[in-house]
Amino acid sequence: MRFYRAHVLVCAGTNCSLKGSQAVRQRLLNELEEVGLADEVKVVETGCFGLCEQGPTVVVYPEGVLYCRVTPDDVPELVREHLLKGRRLERLLYREEAEKAVQTVPQVDFFRGQQRIVLRNCGVIDPESIEEYIAHGGYEALGKALTEMKPAEVVAELKASGLRGRGGAGFPTGLKWEFAAKAQGDVKYIVCNADEGEPGTFKDRLILEGDPHAVLEGMAIAGYAVGARKGYIYIRGEYALSIERLEEAIKQARKMNFLGDGVFGTEFAFDVEVRVGAGAYVCGEETALFESLEGRRGEPRLKPPYPTERGLFGKPTVINNVETLANVAPIILNGAEWYRGFGTEGSPGTKVFTLTGDIVSEGLIEVPMGITLREIVFGIGGGIPGGRAFKMAQTGGTSGGCLPAELLDVPMDYDELAKAGSALGSGALLIMDDTHCIVDIARVFARFFEHESCGKCVPCREGTMRIHDIMTRIATGRAGEKDLDNLEALARTMTMACLCPLGQAAPVPIMTTLKYFREEYDAHIKEKRCPTGTCRDLAAPAATPAAGKGV
Amino acid sequence: MVKSLEELAKIREQAKKALAAREGEAETKIVVGMGTCGIAAGAREVMAAILDELAKRDLGTVTVTQTGCVGLCDKEPLVDVIKPGQPKVTYGRVDAERARRIVAQHVVNDQVVGEWVVGTSS
Ligand SMILES: Cc1cc2nc3c(=O)[nH]c(=O)nc-3n(C[C@H](O)[C@H](O)[C@H](O)COP(=O)(O)O)c2cc1C
Repeated sequence: MRFYRAHVLVCAGTNCSLKGSQAVRQRLLNELEEVGLADEVKVVETGCFGLCEQGPTVVVYPEGVLYCRVTPDDVPELVREHLLKGRRLERLLYREEAEKAVQTVPQVDFFRGQQRIVLRNCGVIDPESIEEYIAHGGYEALGKALTEMKPAEVVAELKASGLRGRGGAGFPTGLKWEFAAKAQGDVKYIVCNADEGEPGTFKDRLILEGDPHAVLEGMAIAGYAVGARKGYIYIRGEYALSIERLEEAIKQARKMNFLGDGVFGTEFAFDVEVRVGAGAYVCGEETALFESLEGRRGEPRLKPPYPTERGLFGKPTVINNVETLANVAPIILNGAEWYRGFGTEGSPGTKVFTLTGDIVSEGLIEVPMGITLREIVFGIGGGIPGGRAFKMAQTGGTSGGCLPAELLDVPMDYDELAKAGSALGSGALLIMDDTHCIVDIARVFARFFEHESCGKCVPCREGTMRIHDIMTRIATGRAGEKDLDNLEALARTMTMACLCPLGQAAPVPIMTTLKYFREEYDAHIKEKRCPTGTCRDLAAPAATPAAGKGV
Repeated sequence: MVKSLEELAKIREQAKKALAAREGEAETKIVVGMGTCGIAAGAREVMAAILDELAKRDLGTVTVTQTGCVGLCDKEPLVDVIKPGQPKVTYGRVDAERARRIVAQHVVNDQVVGEWVVGTSS
């Protein structure tokens, strides 16, 4: 075994890669070679660390010193100072407030409020090394399930944990597995939904990039629990790095026999295949996903029958989101009781959120369910940049609702957000400050749904078009009072009559903005005025802003 | 091929050692003075010898870090050995040979090599 005195972890997640972390890594290798430290210092590529805003990030262990926005040109100094002479390079340390430099990872506010179960290995291990996964307890849960538990006991543990699907709908995972386990048929499938079409959501990508084995292990455990021998991962084609890491992880897992025949010396056999989708929002919907996987056009099927009865290729199928599956191994290993120690009664565990928009620390976080929106935005997220006021947060992605400042203290879990008219959804959190026009934003959402509607059912195909049309008229000063009534009628019809949740949820952002920001709609419709000056066809803002709703 | 939980545990233990530097759970810490003075006096060779000795002895749970000049330039290369619950021991004028003995005697067998100690502190 080689002994390295220091490990330099370079984030190779998508965001940091885009900001040039590969060049940083290459320069590190060259520089270490040059000063003769190549044998002492190990450079490790990790998955996303969450602090995307500050990327490329580099962490130097054993001290755990966090460096931010590292460029290739910083590398020689970093190597000479920190690794050769043992001095921290002040100017690249993470700065929480302008004056206070934070040095090590646990000291950063961004990480302090987090609880990492799903992201336990992200940014910590080399995702291309199965050994590092194993060192952190990897595949122990699979071994435990196969050698010490009956399939029904695995299902029971999942049920007791209260884990709910992280793909958006929040359906109890244990119950889903139980349905599939009890379904008739010799051939069953496990499908991992890695389509992640929700705008502003990038958690599944970063989980797969940062810890692919966690998802494979979850799938294998699911296979054992329900009696499936085959799993598919349906992933969008744009996720090149995730695909690459998954393929590598599958190879390694087969080699060590965590996949294949006779896993852990038992009768259990399971294998996983990656299937790449072409990227349409609706293909993330489970039945449309099956259609696409089977080689047809991605359009939703009528339900019932539910996937656990007749799913992929007409066989009983468990379909779970990436994050859901990444929760499975820790639950099996530590037990349902432990898992219920996090989160709320109705939504146990943690949730991964992707923070985007007008927020200081954009990035990836994992927090206990039930944390308030305020804690996320102003605690972990560091608040709104430039001292501007918080205007609204859209939770759950495009089909989620928009929450105003008055609701900043709403606990973030499935049931509380539903009560507020919104949804936890996939965990997208889009934060906007007071420079944005609500009507303009709602119009953009409406356009998205019009574009993404697959057209199979009339209420969605026509409804999304009409909503976009009305929103455009409001934004350009061509709408009247009656249009708001029409919007409400459309929303009611679509919620009741659309074939799949795409159409059913499409009116949600419109209806919640209308509910919470009515006066801004009124300004556009009655006064033909856009309070923020965003809608260019309308008059500039009045001297005294009508819609000052910030905190 | 992993055929049992025991086999998995074996791989895990081995893999863990390689990762100890990242865990912060190391029991013993060795700090080598790597200021300009330390390096000029041969700290690089000392560092290499320590790492080599640790690897040979499979002592994955020892962390090795370096530090800048502490002002005792005359006594460089300086090496601190910090064991849990014990005062820090600082050795001076360490060379590769001495470094190996410090690992063998102090780190492994808990016996301070008195003759090279320049100071202790807690
Ligand atoms: C339009 C639409 C898009 C969806 N996109 C995704 C997606 O990208 N990823 C995902 O996991 N679930 C998505 N879902 C939810 C899936 O239909 C399904 O509920 C989920 O994969 C079940 O897994 P879970 O129980 O682990 O959440 C989408 C649903 C709809 C209606």
